[in-house]
Amino acid sequence: MALLELRNVSKIYHLGGEEIRALDDVSLDIGAGEFCSIIGPSGSGKSTLMHILGCLDSPSRGTIQLDGTEIQRASTRELAQIRNRKIGFVFQFFNLLPKLNVVQNVELPMIYAGIGGRERRERALKALEQVELTNRLKNRPSQLSGGQQQRVAIARALVNDPKIIFADEPTGNLDTHTGEVILALFRRLSHEGRTVILVTHNPEIAAVTPRRIEIRNGKIADKVDDRLAGLDRTPLLSGAGH
Amino acid sequence: MSLWNAVIVGLKEIWAHKFRSLLTMLGIILGVSSLIAMSALVTGMEKGAKESLIAVGGLQKMRVEAAPLPVDQRHLRDFATGVTLRDVYALQRSAPEILEVSPQMRLDPQPTLAANGKTYRTWMISGVWPVQLEMMEHTVEHGRMFTALDNELARNVCVIGDGVRDALWGSPEETGEPVIPIGREMTISGYPFTVVGMFQHYESEQERKTRELAEAEAARLKAAGVTNSATGPKRSRGWGGSGRGGWSPFRMKNSTVYLPLNTAWLKLKAGLTNSPAEPKLSDMEIKVRDVGQLDLAMTQIRNVLMVTHRGIEDFSFRTQEDWAEQIGTFISNARLSGGIIAGISLLVGGIGIMNIMLASISERIREIGIRKAVGAGGLDIFTQIVVESTVIAVVGGLAGLATSIGLIRVITYVTPTDNAPIVTFTSMLLAFGASVLIGVLAGLFPAIKAARMNVIQSLRYD
Repeated sequence: MALLELRNVSKIYHLGGEEIRALDDVSLDIGAGEFCSIIGPSGSGKSTLMHILGCLDSPSRGTIQLDGTEIQRASTRELAQIRNRKIGFVFQFFNLLPKLNVVQNVELPMIYAGIGGRERRERALKALEQVELTNRLKNRPSQLSGGQQQRVAIARALVNDPKIIFADEPTGNLDTHTGEVILALFRRLSHEGRTVILVTHNPEIAAVTPRRIEIRNGKIADKVDDRLAGLDRTPLLSGAGH
Repeated sequence: MSLWNAVIVGLKEIWAHKFRSLLTMLGIILGVSSLIAMSALVTGMEKGAKESLIAVGGLQKMRVEAAPLPVDQRHLRDFATGVTLRDVYALQRSAPEILEVSPQMRLDPQPTLAANGKTYRTWMISGVWPVQLEMMEHTVEHGRMFTALDNELARNVCVIGDGVRDALWGSPEETGEPVIPIGREMTISGYPFTVVGMFQHYESEQERKTRELAEAEAARLKAAGVTNSATGPKRSRGWGGSGRGGWSPFRMKNSTVYLPLNTAWLKLKAGLTNSPAEPKLSDMEIKVRDVGQLDLAMTQIRNVLMVTHRGIEDFSFRTQEDWAEQIGTFISNARLSGGIIAGISLLVGGIGIMNIMLASISERIREIGIRKAVGAGGLDIFTQIVVESTVIAVVGGLAGLATSIGLIRVITYVTPTDNAPIVTFTSMLLAFGASVLIGVLAGLFPAIKAARMNVIQSLRYD
């Protein structure tokens, strides 16, 4: 059974009497350990798809199973728990809390999981080790570079040992080189057996993933973009090794 | 998220916006300190009022006085005896609930007192037995109280309060050295009397403070070389005599003149009125054995008097209950009005907290979105906001407790004539509890708003 199973999922917004189908009858399986990307131009519905996959939002129609649990009817409270335990998010704008230092930011999801102080600290340090950021623990996010901030965000996503990591334009705010480093990090996480889903509008970034899901007008496009198919993905990762 | 974590987060939030938090707390600080100060002032007033009550003998004392007959006995008017010494003897023998009876014959119309070339009229001149001294809580400071023998022989002696001395011989402020008129002569309605005793000066805490302050001021002026601080010609300042204004049991006691009952009767009353041969009293002061048995004592007195008065009810009771009740009403009114004002300022403080919490959550929409995205439930966010507003209120409440002490000092300094404020633990607990409650209530609405925020929209919010 796949880790994520979407069956006939639709998301419909009503805007001044007009019906807008952000997602239109999408069915999709994502297996455990897969490294895939969701691509599409802005307004295509990829963000809506990610929100629904990431339990930030509920679908208007259809069913979703995450790790065997039906989530389309989950209450907001249950959704929060699922986000807390099974999903890690990495955002384009890092979304770290500016008033907390690096360790406190990484500890945040564990606070809501009800984990005690000492264990929180240990696990936060371990997660920061995984992203190779162990020397600036007491700094505020504003004192870090973009790449470092994104690594803190990844550590935060990893800290509750989730099944799935969602990354929404994770390199959108980084320069090319730093972006490559971050992508390499995701690749490594994928090698370690985690399910990683990248959401992007950039075909070059989508090219690093073995599987690409293209969204157009709220539907999954039958065929992957020709430009993507033609791209060789090795040059992007050269020099970004670990 | 544990409560402890929420409290830590709340404290950090306060520390991060020090000035804003201080301004927010100010409402609570003022509310709490005014509540405590108000309560302290009222408690002080209550103590002052009770002092007055005790000064006239307290609840233990009551008075039986002559009264008009009830309507159904009007036709028996000519047989009514009035309150007489026979009643006093009868009560002494037959009413066990009575501790002491003291007859009193008020001189009415008030005779003129004259001495030292001055005249004075007091409304508190009466013929009494020596027992009246204890009954009215009088203390003779100079000389002596007249004796039973003085009464028996109807001697022309009297004991005066120092207010009478002030009027006839001059107050210590005017004469410099207090005049002690023991052994001096004074006329009452033209009859010569010898002053054998003078009571101590009675005053409330408040009056004592005012006097001490005036004395200190006078000493300061004297030291500064100012000889005459009085402004303009000497004048009477209207009713009430010495100028401190208003009626008080202490003033009344100070203006007292007591003569032996027999003297008052034989020398001053019998010749002036066409009253019968039996001395008619104006009233009897009665002290009961037990305040709790006031009703029983009154029944006993009534039964005895109905016999001596041959069934004619030409007397009435006057207890201090009314006065005690008035004090109670006054105090509860003062408490209520002060409480309302302090309550309003606490409420305003609460609104301030709510306002700042609303501002705080709208500038932290993104933070709330992030917290929710990583797994905070609505309840976690709700708790965080409520705890933050409660922390503000608690810190404000504690600061208010500290401020109240200063506020009371300021009030005492500005109006030193007031009764000394008394800070009670209950009022502190109440004020603090109210501030905590207000903090929780003020946090509820912003917390609900924050908890209901949509995750996706708040994550996108800039």
